[in-house]
Amino acid sequence: MARIVVDPVTRIEGHLRIEANLEGGKLTDAWSSGTMFRGIETILQGRDPREAWIWAQRICGVCTMVHAIASVRAVEDALKIDVPDNARIVRNLIAGAQMVQDHVIHFYHLHALDWVDVAAALKADPAKTSSIAQSISNCEKSSTNYFRGVQQRVKGVVDSGQLSLFASGYWGHPAYTLPPEVDLLAVAHYLEALQWQKDFIRIHAVLGGKNPHPQSFLVGGMTTAMDPNEPAAVINPDTIQLMQSLVKGALKFVNDYYIPDVLAIAPLYKDWFTRGEGVGNFLCYGDYSSGDQNDPKTFLFPRGIVMNRDLTKVWPVDPSKITEGIAHSWYEYSGGDTAAVHPSIGETKPKYAGPKPPYDHLDVDAKYSWLKTPRYDGKAMEVGPLARMVVGFASGKKEIVDAVTGALKALNAPPTVLFSTLGRIAARALEAQLMAQQLEGWVNELGANLAHGKTAIFNPVRWDPGSWPKSASGYGWHEAPRGSLGHWIEIDGKAIKNYQAVVPTTWNAGPRDAQGQRGAYEAALLNTPVADPNRPLEILRTIHSFDPCIACAVHVIDAQGREYVIPRVA
Amino acid sequence: MLSTNLDDALRSRGITRRQLVKFCSATLATLAMPERYLAQTVAAVGKARKPVLVWLQFQDCTGCSESMLRSSHPEVADVVLDLLSWEYHEVIMAGAADAANKALERVVKEEKGKYLVVVEGAIPMADGGVYCTIGGRTAIDIAREVCGSAAATIAVGACAFDGGLVRSSPNPTGALGVHEAVPGIKVVNMSGCPHNPANTAALLVHYLTFNDLPALDQYDRPLFAYGRVIHDQCERRAHFDAGRFVTEWGDEGHRKGWCLYKMGCKGPEATFNCPIVQWNDHTSWPIRAGHGCIGCASPRFWDNMSPFYDRLPNVPGFGVEASAGTLGLGLVGATVLGVSAHGLIKVIKPAPQAGSASISDEPPAAGKEN
Repeated sequence: MARIVVDPVTRIEGHLRIEANLEGGKLTDAWSSGTMFRGIETILQGRDPREAWIWAQRICGVCTMVHAIASVRAVEDALKIDVPDNARIVRNLIAGAQMVQDHVIHFYHLHALDWVDVAAALKADPAKTSSIAQSISNCEKSSTNYFRGVQQRVKGVVDSGQLSLFASGYWGHPAYTLPPEVDLLAVAHYLEALQWQKDFIRIHAVLGGKNPHPQSFLVGGMTTAMDPNEPAAVINPDTIQLMQSLVKGALKFVNDYYIPDVLAIAPLYKDWFTRGEGVGNFLCYGDYSSGDQNDPKTFLFPRGIVMNRDLTKVWPVDPSKITEGIAHSWYEYSGGDTAAVHPSIGETKPKYAGPKPPYDHLDVDAKYSWLKTPRYDGKAMEVGPLARMVVGFASGKKEIVDAVTGALKALNAPPTVLFSTLGRIAARALEAQLMAQQLEGWVNELGANLAHGKTAIFNPVRWDPGSWPKSASGYGWHEAPRGSLGHWIEIDGKAIKNYQAVVPTTWNAGPRDAQGQRGAYEAALLNTPVADPNRPLEILRTIHSFDPCIACAVHVIDAQGREYVIPRVA
Repeated sequence: MLSTNLDDALRSRGITRRQLVKFCSATLATLAMPERYLAQTVAAVGKARKPVLVWLQFQDCTGCSESMLRSSHPEVADVVLDLLSWEYHEVIMAGAADAANKALERVVKEEKGKYLVVVEGAIPMADGGVYCTIGGRTAIDIAREVCGSAAATIAVGACAFDGGLVRSSPNPTGALGVHEAVPGIKVVNMSGCPHNPANTAALLVHYLTFNDLPALDQYDRPLFAYGRVIHDQCERRAHFDAGRFVTEWGDEGHRKGWCLYKMGCKGPEATFNCPIVQWNDHTSWPIRAGHGCIGCASPRFWDNMSPFYDRLPNVPGFGVEASAGTLGLGLVGATVLGVSAHGLIKVIKPAPQAGSASISDEPPAAGKEN
């Protein structure tokens, strides 16, 4: 038996380490460890709840803004603030744009190199690549000359002997089995997507001043003031027009590149429709309201739970059943290490108990991660695009049922293929398309409100902390690109007393719980064949299919607070 | 002769001279350097052998990496494939595990003293550095080795600059910025949350062209990016001078783009070229999006500039006598340089005389109550 260590797991957000046992060419066990801790929730204590989103947003700069939205929702829930409809639309737009852009970056820049051999693209016949491209998509950039140009560029990089980002890849690994022409197609689209992602995300600059970390959220609404007659208003006829063109471009990119590429590459790696299953339980808080944000029936992604891959039954989500444990995490609980604690009363102290660095192996029988272990009713859950598609499909949500059945038909495969490494990739692509289709509607809705003089975007009733109750608590949920995100806040004396985030990647990447149940990553790696233990490409494939975000996943509240700052009225 | 070599070099890299000139021109604009440097810049950037760069991520959110991926002038693909040989960067590199660790080892050994290292994220010093490990090694262990052998270290973002958010009170992990965690190395700080990729790309091009760093302030930040107060470059400044303020989010003033000072804007205390360079291909910046500046490029801004919605107590020109010790550079910027059409100051060299442009080491007196 060999122990494989993958550290750093690259092409993810943050610091993730995988240790796995290899026996007879297959993984027999696996452990997932987050190796970085910052303590942002500790830092939040004592600060003004109205600015918590600015701090919490920095939990992550990849899925930037998702913690901002969860944070303002938590404070709005605690202080009972309803936000104007325009704020709902702008938040949907910012978050929806983030989801589309993030999924595209994930597929092309974080995940594609697990499936695409860049060096092999040099052997491709550009004419053949051109005809493949034209057979799968209406994309204009598909001529032989175009692909020859890309090949030349790659050749230039390779011939220079300085391969830059590509220097350390597993090129030539036997698990790369695409025809060179498809490799060339994917490399070309890697470069196109690199260009596209930064152009499209200008929509965040329009609605938030910059990306990453847009700066336009408010407890009670958004700062994006609307006025049909003021060029200095953030939302005016000109910016509506700019956003219309950006969101149309996004849908075109997803339709012309992302979807055709996924549908072309997936059937060439059929084995991965049966690998990487995971825990088989799926949780979705639901989000993206078309009206009343407090009513899950208005959500694009329905709220619900699917257990044991049973698509015939959707269970309701009961917030009180969410807990976090630390049996294998480097923290301590006053109620003992085996306790499972609800996030609203979460209490934790960091206590590193791992090997002294530098180390070769973690003690996986004891504590081995900075991630905690979230559970729903004691069960491990998978969250993310696949969970949203599975819950939406099982709920009979028309848009999702149509998208999933359409893709399964194109792939000529039954719904069971969803529960796999490739299933996650396909679900993410379908979700990007579904979301890209919504964006224009939201821009138009905003434009119509603007034209009709319906410009309210902020609810001022609770801006003055003098209007707050002595203490309040609440939670805010959001469906982030990587899955269900929740922030819990407790406000006392006009300052933050407790803050807790339960984050998508913590659900998926957390260590075992006190009962020894594996989380989604650990379960998904079981039985994965690994051809070369020194080049564990297969581990990367399944781990990357979850799109890990470890900075998000590691967090803690700490009893030791700083002195409270009493917010003043500006 | 040079010209022919350059064309050959470019051809072998699959890029045209025209692309290269375009990219160098854009960079010179950010650097506020005259066009006469163009030929020199083009020749330097077009060299056949590309300088090697490694990018380390420690206690970060990857926002500064993402920000670099948004680079428009030059285009991100040009930066990472053509401008430099970008050989280690966890979030985007092809290799993982041992292959990644070996790529870093190779650079440290074989390119010793020649490569550039970018650091993103703070470095935890408490408890033996256990709060951030990569490949079983602590961040501080890696930083000492990799930064210690580099030609120069570029600290991007607030966290690598001075510990940023991670170091904010009560600093649970003992986090520091690079120049404090690894004293004695040559560091350029590109503060901001995140850093602005236009500035960082410009810094890289400057370094490649002159084999030297641009003029820096006393926080080792390039003056071309951090030499001027936001308030003095702000598109809403005329409203401030005329006394037109936003007083409630969404009010008439907010819809008309009036000054955000009363909503807590820290622009009068903050230096950065954010209003000029802007973000995401010059699309916008936070104040245009209707929110006050949070002073994200300023030293220890998380603790010093918050609470973010509290009004600054002392702003020159607003009925309160200016405090030179607090605003320092701001006064210089406002009174000497004024606001030019493009708001660019020419700060190629040499470094400013001590005292001519100083920012107080003391935190600004921004709404502190504790």
